Amino acid sequence: MVKEIERVGIPVVHVCTVTPISMTVGANRIVPAIAIPYPLGNPTLDVKEEKQLRRKILNTALVALSTEVDGQTIFEVK
Amino acid sequence: MKKFRVVHYINQFYAGIGGEEFADYKPEIRDGFVGPGMALTGAFGDKAEIVSTIVCGDSYFNENLEEAKKTILDMVRSVNPDIFIAGPAFNAGRYGVACGTICETVQKELNIPVITGMFEENPGAEMFKDKMLIVATRDSAAGMRAAVPTMANLALKLLNKEPIGASIEEGYLPNGTRVNFFDKERGSRRAVDMLLNKMAGKPFTTEYPMPDFDRVEPSPAVKDIKSVTVALVTSGGIVPKGNPDRIESSSASKFGEYDITGVNDLTADTYETAHGGYDPVYANADADRVLPVDVMRDFEREGIIGKLYNKFYTTVGNGTSTKNSKAFAADFAQRLKNDNVQAVILTST
Repeated sequence: MVKEIERVGIPVVHVCTVTPISMTVGANRIVPAIAIPYPLGNPTLDVKEEKQLRRKILNTALVALSTEVDGQTIFEVK
Repeated sequence: MKKFRVVHYINQFYAGIGGEEFADYKPEIRDGFVGPGMALTGAFGDKAEIVSTIVCGDSYFNENLEEAKKTILDMVRSVNPDIFIAGPAFNAGRYGVACGTICETVQKELNIPVITGMFEENPGAEMFKDKMLIVATRDSAAGMRAAVPTMANLALKLLNKEPIGASIEEGYLPNGTRVNFFDKERGSRRAVDMLLNKMAGKPFTTEYPMPDFDRVEPSPAVKDIKSVTVALVTSGGIVPKGNPDRIESSSASKFGEYDITGVNDLTADTYETAHGGYDPVYANADADRVLPVDVMRDFEREGIIGKLYNKFYTTVGNGTSTKNSKAFAADFAQRLKNDNVQAVILTST
């Protein structure tokens, strides 16, 4: 799906846990997520901390979208 | 005659421990065969036996890669097998990646033959088919009966150091290695037969499939994220509560387009997941964990992004064919383009 979106010329970032799959599929901008059943969350945290974590990942996603890449790139969440 | 010693790797589901709610199961080693190992044992006859079975949850393996590899490698080493067999994983993505990864590790570290099995569209197949023999299976466990004798046969050939024939004869996924052989018919005859079949609309098999390099150039970066409309897309199956379009829990035949105008937070009362390939408890309790509408709304309010697009696109990426996924995305990508969406965040489970 990432490739079809990219094909129409819209930059897309793939946020997912198993990044090797994303590399194989051919995503160009990749942000690693937390876990398979909760990529953008963590049920062991309290609600506020969990939202903070989600915000951090999405901030990285926005950085990825705003960064020129010339090949497949993984953007680590800082 | 001495029986060859086999170690078999399977996931929590095939071990009968449970489905997705047990996908975090840590590696454990059991004596003898478990689950599909029974059929393998039957196929081996008196030539080989499964001395131990290693069971590991698919999520545990993929989320704790280094630790899982190390633990499982130590387990395999402790029973000193002649061969390591994993799966078959059919079209289960995480299971396929786990099978390929652990086979590669065992092959490299213990220097023994390995074999696994999966469906050609399993992401693990693309990642590992040139590194080991992967038996070509159907896309679901209904293909177990056909897969087991092929795997057992190839395993015995590897153990006896017999030559392995061409992929099409032996039933493994083509790995790029070419084997010279004399065919019954000469080339010109085969080419004309192929052409006649093609013209008559009958099935034919090419002898030289073109490599599939489906890569898309990265789109230029967004210049000013503060002024653009960003859309959310997911393969994690998030849908309005009740799944109004009945998107299938696996092998999805459709995608959903849902309006989120005025929605600031996805709650347990309003959204859920239709996905059947991961434990749905966490997404059902708070779907923002998969489709982060809440934070995107905050970004919008704070001016960090221009706008959150008022619709999201969703499907279930669980055994869904590449062909379907491609068609879904080609369709909604055009809609996004028409509505001047300039960036997409796609989340996957």
